[in-house]
Amino acid sequence: MEIPLDLILIQTVNGIVTGMILALVASGLTLIFGIMDVVNFAHGELFMLGAYFGVVVLTATGSFWVALVVATLMVALLGAALQVVTLRPLIGRDPLTTILTTFGISLVLQNYALWQFGPVARKIQEPFTGHFRLFYLEYPVYRLVIALLSAAIIGALWLFLKFGKYGIWIRATMQDRVMAQAMGIPVPWVYTAVFAIGAGMAAASGVLFGPLVGVNHAMGLDWILRAFIVVVIGGMGSLAGSVAAAIFISLLEAYASIWVSPAQAAIVSFVVLILTLLFRPTGLFVPTPK
Amino acid sequence: MRDRHTTIFWVGFAVVLVLLARAPYVLPEYWARFLTEILIWGLLAMSSDILIGYTGMVSFGHSAFFGLGVYGAAAALIAVKPASLWLAIAFGLVGAGAVALFVAYFSTRLRDIYFAITTLIFSQIFYVIIFTWTDVTGGENGLTFRKPALAIPGLFSMPFDTKTLHWFVLAVVALSYLLLRRITQSPFGMVLQSIRENEARTRAIGYPVERYKIAAVMLSGLFAGLAGVLYAVQKSFAAPDFVFFVTSGQTVIHNVMGGVGTLVGPIVGAAFFLLLHEVFSRFFTEHYLIPVGIIFIAMVIFMPQGLLGFARRWLNR
Repeated sequence: MEIPLDLILIQTVNGIVTGMILALVASGLTLIFGIMDVVNFAHGELFMLGAYFGVVVLTATGSFWVALVVATLMVALLGAALQVVTLRPLIGRDPLTTILTTFGISLVLQNYALWQFGPVARKIQEPFTGHFRLFYLEYPVYRLVIALLSAAIIGALWLFLKFGKYGIWIRATMQDRVMAQAMGIPVPWVYTAVFAIGAGMAAASGVLFGPLVGVNHAMGLDWILRAFIVVVIGGMGSLAGSVAAAIFISLLEAYASIWVSPAQAAIVSFVVLILTLLFRPTGLFVPTPK
Repeated sequence: MRDRHTTIFWVGFAVVLVLLARAPYVLPEYWARFLTEILIWGLLAMSSDILIGYTGMVSFGHSAFFGLGVYGAAAALIAVKPASLWLAIAFGLVGAGAVALFVAYFSTRLRDIYFAITTLIFSQIFYVIIFTWTDVTGGENGLTFRKPALAIPGLFSMPFDTKTLHWFVLAVVALSYLLLRRITQSPFGMVLQSIRENEARTRAIGYPVERYKIAAVMLSGLFAGLAGVLYAVQKSFAAPDFVFFVTSGQTVIHNVMGGVGTLVGPIVGAAFFLLLHEVFSRFFTEHYLIPVGIIFIAMVIFMPQGLLGFARRWLNR
């Protein structure tokens, strides 16, 4: 079989672009898991709501960038509210109860979106319509902008966690909750903030990704599964691992879809997951635990 | 004391059984079918209780076992003429058992949340396979087939109607309950419960924990497959939606609503969930999951033991 070199290069670009968005979704998920021990089943729905709020704000204001910022803030606020109402009472209980609660939230949000926005997919107009030439393709500039923006947001999060005062609070809480509380860090509010940040990141990726596909109420399902795969392959709770795994998985799927349909290409990531669980259950992209 | 408990249990069991068996005479056609459906979903939820309630592993992948039961039965009913109910059951159980072995082998290496996510992702693998392998599974359209007859070769044969199907399902579910109850009270079941309470200690005592877990997942998968076969027979079609992880999520909801670790609780939970579905569908049409989801969240927070949680010790004695 002849290997089409140009196709492979195009798919490399595609894979990196989807990989960066997936990394943005998955890093919110892994942040929430790493700090709160909460597996957020509603993450895909926050992604979807972000995209819908983006549609609404975009129609109202006409500016994509305003829509991106406002939708992110709205979903972050919603996330904070959800955390206070449903997850805070569960602190200290079995982590599995948080799976159940967030699963309930995801059902409610998904059906709310269906009820509010209807079953017809909405479209977000992309802010850049420019193209550049990539072999025989007119490649949209916007896709590259998404990848760069996602990288910028993840980089900002990393810097915040590393150097920001509140970022250090968050890391302190991750290392030792009781000690952090003893030092005067308001741990319950740190949890709320972390959930809000994660929700906001999901929403931002929803708005960014919106122009590439239609926005509909079920779009979160697909992403949450891929994000779970990424988080497990990357090593639960590891930010860098999630980013690496997201790009790795997206590249593999992009290459696979040269030969098979995109739905079947998803099986590639399942296989990687199985192999990871078999040989390195702590994650592919984290240092070997002692 | 012990004798009195046993007497009350069996009298209660017999009364519930008789009431359920008489129900098709009393209820209108629609509600009789509804009751049959509750029993089938209840069997699925009960099968997952083996893992959630007794072994302490939350499976989000029961849709795979259930779905393979459905598609296994469909394969037998379509491929083999004349259609045989028992062959459908055998195919469904083999399908579900094989998938359960495969899933169990990989996922039991992980614990808690990781187990839940792994089972979820495995069930999605089977969903993708069934969804895309259009030649064999019919893809998105699914498969339709005729109901088999309730027959014992050489003795009798009668077509299923609402009543006979209800009794057949009731018999299967009741027998499954008794069997599962016996298993959970056996030494094997005790080991599973000790894994739930303290896995490290169980291992230290010398039990091969991994093998017990694999056996538990397989047992659970077989009963889930049985529920799938019954569902295939009731609905006469197989659709990839049954394999989608939302089915697994509903199974977990049934468990939590009814009370885990009680075996009958999940059936009550399934009844409660489906009744809520019926009631809220009247007001919210297809958006019934909004109020049901809110009730579910409230129950997780305020009533983690579920509806039958208060009777847990009594039922397991």
